[in-house]
Amino acid sequence: MWKGGEDGKPPRKAGRREPRLGPHSWILRLRHTTVVSTKKNIAALRRETYTLDFIKKQIEEFNIGKRHLANMMGEDPETFTQEDIDRAIAYLFPSGLFEKRARPIMKHPEQIFPKQRAIQWGEDGRPFHFLFYTGKPSYYSLMHEAYGKILDVEKHQNQLRAQGLFSEKTKTKDLIGSRWLIKEELEEILVEKLSDQDYAQFIRLLERLLTLQRGGAEEEFVQRFRRSVTIQSKKQLIEPVQYDEQGMAFSRSEGRRKSAEAEAVVYAHGSGRVSVNGTDYLLYFPVTQDREQLMFPFHFLDRLGKHDVACTVSGGGRAAQAGAIRLAVARALCTLVTEEEVEWMRQAGLLTADLRVRERKKPGQEGARRKFTWKKR
Amino acid sequence: TMLKGMTRLISRVHKLDAGHFLHTGSQAPQNLAAHLDNQVPVESPRAVSRTSESDPAKHGEQHEGQHYNIPLQDLKAVFPHGLPPRFVMQVKTFNEACLMVRKPALELLHYLKNTNFAHPAVRYVLYGEKGTGKTLSLCHIIHFCAKQDWLILHIPDAHLWVKNCRNLLQSTYNKQRLDQPLEASIWLKNFKTANERFLSQIKVQEKYVWNKRESTEKGSPLGEVVEQGITRVRNATDAVGIVLKELKRQSSSGIFHLLVAVDGVNALWGRTTLKREDKSPIAPEELALIYNLRKMVKNDWHGGAIVLTLSQTGSVFKPRKAFLPQELLGKEGFDTLDPFIPILVSNYNPKEFESCIQYYLENNWLQHEKAHTEDGKKELLFLSNTNPGQLERLCAYL
Repeated sequence: MWKGGEDGKPPRKAGRREPRLGPHSWILRLRHTTVVSTKKNIAALRRETYTLDFIKKQIEEFNIGKRHLANMMGEDPETFTQEDIDRAIAYLFPSGLFEKRARPIMKHPEQIFPKQRAIQWGEDGRPFHFLFYTGKPSYYSLMHEAYGKILDVEKHQNQLRAQGLFSEKTKTKDLIGSRWLIKEELEEILVEKLSDQDYAQFIRLLERLLTLQRGGAEEEFVQRFRRSVTIQSKKQLIEPVQYDEQGMAFSRSEGRRKSAEAEAVVYAHGSGRVSVNGTDYLLYFPVTQDREQLMFPFHFLDRLGKHDVACTVSGGGRAAQAGAIRLAVARALCTLVTEEEVEWMRQAGLLTADLRVRERKKPGQEGARRKFTWKKR
Repeated sequence: TMLKGMTRLISRVHKLDAGHFLHTGSQAPQNLAAHLDNQVPVESPRAVSRTSESDPAKHGEQHEGQHYNIPLQDLKAVFPHGLPPRFVMQVKTFNEACLMVRKPALELLHYLKNTNFAHPAVRYVLYGEKGTGKTLSLCHIIHFCAKQDWLILHIPDAHLWVKNCRNLLQSTYNKQRLDQPLEASIWLKNFKTANERFLSQIKVQEKYVWNKRESTEKGSPLGEVVEQGITRVRNATDAVGIVLKELKRQSSSGIFHLLVAVDGVNALWGRTTLKREDKSPIAPEELALIYNLRKMVKNDWHGGAIVLTLSQTGSVFKPRKAFLPQELLGKEGFDTLDPFIPILVSNYNPKEFESCIQYYLENNWLQHEKAHTEDGKKELLFLSNTNPGQLERLCAYL
């Protein structure tokens, strides 16, 4: 017996032809997804098929909608870019949701609807690709192509060696700053599922291609599968260079922690005196822990007695104010210190703002996490 | 994870230093021995932090920043109740009492040495931020005066008399005032230990009747009054009042010099936390002890000196950051004390700080490896901001 389908009929298999209906009425049957069984199997949710027509219609609608939006915002419909769309949507539909992915978006249908494979067999049921029956045609064709290139390069090298024009120089392209595609990205490109071993095999092939001497075409082929790793994430901080006042060089910056805001002015030459809101830090922070927080940036850079600090702080509590001043002082010290030390500070976490805020109390619970006492009866 | 990362980086940066201070730590005692042998003109740490001059009378500016030793018997005789509790603990731990000679104390000593006993008693007020060393400076002065054979009237903490008193009796002498038998008897006991030798010399100049059966005749030694106060706790406050009156009267006669040392004098003016049975608050004047003490602090007698200390630590109803005489004494107190010499006690200067650290190191009080290094000292400096009280509390953890 077949497994029960939706309406009791036998499940239709993929690509079944129906020759009995006559030669001119080949009904092009879509590749059917397996029917979702009645029991809720969330893991077995498959992608719904979107027909080509449907996608085309969506694209048209998107373009028209883009023009309408441009008109609404008073901009030129011709030069309305995706960033403009995002800004317009954020303005027209302001959302207070914390999860960015839950907010309203308007993007090109290609980015919203997942990529589907087009129908891979023709009217006669014969598949287009010669590797269709491997199950992963695009992957195997890629491997075939890569190996073909390797063989070509080797043949070329053998020819050169035979002619004696072989030169040993190996131009090593700078591979620093770029990384191989990860498996998910490769899957996205090929629109089919891969296994880890497949992926590893592919990367090994590409690396073998790299070790050989290759020309420009092969280079381009390999570069398609590399993504650059930007070091930009390390150097996010824009430090205004220190400015002078009354002949003293100082630098000023702000810091925030849990509703406490602090602004610190660090003088480049001083004797280690710190004044908070006009009073000495010993009087303002009687607790040793707070003073240790203040000391941390200086102690880390070994500049304990060399700078004077005058800061103002408001809001928050005792420890929050200490944390805010610490962040402000660390940021101010960035300008007075070498690049390497800035990098050390960033790695130590001195320059990262602490995002932890008090969590909201939820209804039905006693606190943010604590539930009411559970009584059995 | 931040601290771990920091320590990893720190240990990377200070790898060399680790080798260094272990090296210096082991070399330090050898160094001292070497110095004595070779007489190399390098200052050994002992010279910086300690001095062998144990007589406060001979302390001068060259001893500034150095600790001098007080023998333990002297300690018990001179300070039965005067030292701050943390200092007592430190004495017990180190088995020796060492006070640092500091500038405010030296200044006061200079003035005291040049007092003219014919003039009315001069009032000196030690004031300063919390934890800067006012009480210990006072103790230094008291030690000096004890060595000079003055009669010391030391009230260790006037705040103890205005708060947390359980038993308040209505005074027998004056119906409006209230007695504090416990505090008075404790103080009398300590006073007796401190000034044994004077109690037999001074004679009472009036007859005092305690109750139907007991009275003190004119001409009997002051010791009897003190005994009466200690044994009959109900009359202790009156005994204190009598002692103060007699001493004030007789100090002008020249038999002895009187030093009135009050710690936390701002308790005499201001408010108390005490209440009567009907929950109405008590003003300080209504306490007999305070009333008599105020009379003592007035400078209408001669033959001695009055040294006072302001203290916010035990004070009631005063903000934490107040340390100026105007703020702590209030208008009334300030007016009463008006012509006085204020002496500011401030935080350590670098030399004193260094000396204090050396003293702790010598007594092996700082066990942390980094305490010897320059970096460690800088850290301590920053964290305590050269405040002696804070430094002491910090070092207790190390």
